[in-house]
Amino acid sequence: MMQIKNLKSCQRMAGFFIKSTLLIGIVIGIILWGGFNWTLELTNTEQFCISCHEMEENVYQELQETVHWSNRTGVRATCPDCHVPKDWSHKIIRKIQASNEIFHKLMGTIDTPKKFEEHRLELALHEWKRMKDSNSRECRNCHQFKSMDLEKQDERSAKRHDPHVWEAMDGKTPSKTCIDCHKGIAHHLAKGWEEAAKKAGLQD
Amino acid sequence: MKKPLLTIVGTLMLLQSPFAMAEETVTISLKDFNALKSLCSSLKGATATMATAPTRTKKPVVVASSKADTPDIGKAVKIASLRGFHALDKEAKEIEKKKQFKSGDGIKRNWELQPPSIPHSIEKDRITLKGNTCLKCHSKANHEKEKAPVFSKSHYITRNMKVLDKLSPRRYFCNQCHTPQADVDPLVKNSFKSNTIKLDNRLMDKVEK
Repeated sequence: MMQIKNLKSCQRMAGFFIKSTLLIGIVIGIILWGGFNWTLELTNTEQFCISCHEMEENVYQELQETVHWSNRTGVRATCPDCHVPKDWSHKIIRKIQASNEIFHKLMGTIDTPKKFEEHRLELALHEWKRMKDSNSRECRNCHQFKSMDLEKQDERSAKRHDPHVWEAMDGKTPSKTCIDCHKGIAHHLAKGWEEAAKKAGLQD
Repeated sequence: MKKPLLTIVGTLMLLQSPFAMAEETVTISLKDFNALKSLCSSLKGATATMATAPTRTKKPVVVASSKADTPDIGKAVKIASLRGFHALDKEAKEIEKKKQFKSGDGIKRNWELQPPSIPHSIEKDRITLKGNTCLKCHSKANHEKEKAPVFSKSHYITRNMKVLDKLSPRRYFCNQCHTPQADVDPLVKNSFKSNTIKLDNRLMDKVEK
């Protein structure tokens, strides 16, 4: 009788243990997951980007000259809008790649305007390549061919967008991606960018 | 005694300045008033009159005013600053907004060899040590693809008459000669008339070649 009684209490204990472990696990899981994403999002703000003087003194100042900073309607793009993918899987890949940027931050690779200028072309080429490989995914978070009214564009722009808009309407991947033509729209172009881009196959 | 005298001198200096249109009221002694009156009579356009004395004080109040009716003085006053005739504590008149002019076919030249005007906005263009964004379209390499006019052969020649294979440094800053246009009235009247036949830009380029 004693054994059976013991067994029952053991079972009860085990059940309680499993249930409590599950409950605690779920709660901790939610907190950790939420905390992780929350921290990740903290690094996804412009305030975070320009906390490094490398970004604040160079590219952030250049952005302020452009239409992506101020325009008629007051809609603006922040750093992560263009430089960090929106969906989770691509974002996490980009964030892991960004550890290289932390390494170079610690090394001080671009910690003076002169050094930044020396690396500008290389940095730009990386970003152009990333944009081209993802079919300018980050541009298209806001700019979509389906919503592009060619009637309202300048004649010249409309003419050049036209074939690609039709490709998009037909459900094909447009033969050209935004960054193929729209380079240097948010930051200054490096010296000799055109030749370098052509060499890298990023420009016609 | 010294203080009121200084005030009179100050007042007179004010009266003599070409911008003195305002009336200045000072409180001085009767003796000083007489002195001021005699001084004012010798000055053109300045008068000193006695106003009613305020209560409690026996000193007369002097109202000295200048009409500044001499024509030269009047003209000087009429010049407006860039703000116009607005008082400093008032908002200036709003300037009518004008956009840079856009034209598909270019802008006609007004005389032979005039640097062609830019028929589009150049707000986004940047000409710096690092690069010249005008060349995105107007360079020898890109102009055909972009269907843009290309800079002429003269732009390859340096100031030492050396012919380069790229844009000469003295021609690098496009907007030193080529300017965007806005549909505005000229600030200063201009009676210039072209003595050459008005030619279309593209025709002109052919002539040059």
